[in-house]
Amino acid sequence: MIIQDRMKVTGQKKIAENIFELKLTGKLVGEINSPGQFVHIRVTDSFEPLLRRPISIASINEDKSEMTIIYRAEGRGTTLLSLKREGEEVDVLGPLGNGFPVHETLPGETAVLIGGGIGVPPLYELSKQLTAKGVKCIHVLGFQSAEVSFYEEAFKQLGDTYIATVDGTKGTKGFVTNVMETIGDDFSTYYSCGPMPMLNAVQSAYTGKKGFLSFEQRMGCGIGACFACVCETTEKTDKEYVKVCSDGPVFPAGVVSI
Amino acid sequence: MNRLAVELPGLQLKNPIMPASGCFGFGKEYGALYDLSQLGAIMIKATTLETRFGNPTPRVAETASGMLNAIGLQNPGLEGVMENELPWLEQFDVPIIANVAGTETADYVEVAKTISTAPNVKALELNISCPNVKCGGITFGTDPQQAHDLTAAVKAVSEVPVYVKLSPNVTDIKEIAKAVEAGGADGITMINTLVGMRLDQKTGRPIIANITGGLSGPAVKPVAIKMVYEVSQVVHIPIIGMGGVAETADVIDFLSAGASAVAVGTANFVDPFICPKIIEELPAKLDELCVEHISELVGRSHRI
Repeated sequence: MIIQDRMKVTGQKKIAENIFELKLTGKLVGEINSPGQFVHIRVTDSFEPLLRRPISIASINEDKSEMTIIYRAEGRGTTLLSLKREGEEVDVLGPLGNGFPVHETLPGETAVLIGGGIGVPPLYELSKQLTAKGVKCIHVLGFQSAEVSFYEEAFKQLGDTYIATVDGTKGTKGFVTNVMETIGDDFSTYYSCGPMPMLNAVQSAYTGKKGFLSFEQRMGCGIGACFACVCETTEKTDKEYVKVCSDGPVFPAGVVSI
Repeated sequence: MNRLAVELPGLQLKNPIMPASGCFGFGKEYGALYDLSQLGAIMIKATTLETRFGNPTPRVAETASGMLNAIGLQNPGLEGVMENELPWLEQFDVPIIANVAGTETADYVEVAKTISTAPNVKALELNISCPNVKCGGITFGTDPQQAHDLTAAVKAVSEVPVYVKLSPNVTDIKEIAKAVEAGGADGITMINTLVGMRLDQKTGRPIIANITGGLSGPAVKPVAIKMVYEVSQVVHIPIIGMGGVAETADVIDFLSAGASAVAVGTANFVDPFICPKIIEELPAKLDELCVEHISELVGRSHRI
């Protein structure tokens, strides 16, 4: 169920250039049902900036009722969010949307998780849940440069992890697709989150494979009412359009027209 | 006595608070969060004769204390609304105000004729002010004669009272208001969004794919208040005021300016529970103002 929760900040840490890791506790955590869901955060109690910020959930700790989100402090809203300190409260609406289907990969099978930039975070909780049930995870993470890369060690704890950076300052120079060419296609499922050109490249490279893609789109309400975040669909679905916020953000590969 | 109850043509409102059209879909998403029977009324998303996909994305952009949108009247069409959306809303004890949009007079007339027969539709809101579609919409709302004629044409076929939603993107909104009143409108809803633009800092290009969008949110409230203040003094039909309502104090301002009821738009995106919160807070606000019934506040800005 979607709830509005005044969550308490239990930690705020800069983990890379302009990239922050924020930990929040509250009863909202108990409502999260799949990795890849997101929350809609109001960064101020005033009306400036006005709208909530949609941010994906990077990991959850049910025992502590705690979730971690990772975001890039880029605009006015996320910069204000980065100033929140331990003990402060934040107005959070969520959990929103439909996450990655963990059940689509069986124990003993292999899954490839491909993330780009600020699309990497939700893959972390996904990998935790997949590996916990006995799925072998291979991670391919793309960043602009070493200084904005994060969570390499955390992903390594869960499975093979390959990094690509556009400027070559870490891992393979180039894009996630350059790494994907080297790991072959001996896997059952792929899961991906990142910018649209990356999702397009991943989907094209893995034609015929079972895959799930998480999309990003400018949002208004976050719950499906305002029709800001609609995407056109392909003939693979009966729907003429989908809303990223409430039908997604995760869709089976091939459903959204990229 | 219900201190918040308001009676308007076609509408018995248990309170004067309703979500504004386009900011609440057809109620389903918010219905999952709270009991919609708490609302005074619901202004459902614009309905056109045929299904519309709307504009390309990006469709929204944030601005200082506001936002621009150019959704483009995406909706499932008259048939879809009649068969799915309105019947679903019947489970709630709440009057529906159906927003009607079209490209030409015949479209408006056909949608109005049919949708006004739905049992829970208690009034129509004629959308002659959408700034985000190429034909129809705002073109009817910026010319007094066209606004008059369209109102009269819809009024002739509607089974329920007709409210007309006015655009602020005109030289003199009073002229349009008087024209729709002369055309037989039972009430006025105002204001729709103000046309605006936002540019991308890096590329210099417009952010919204439609290039322009409609500005809403707290940023537009002073404009809306001024227009309600003016229009309420030149027409004899009631006004449902809207434009930047985000908290209970804003409702008081709109009533004071001359509105008889108030719609909440963009604020639903900021806080999906805002309508029930305002409804809950209103009685204490009346106490604070030493007012017994909410209608005592209507038009006090220009009362002699």
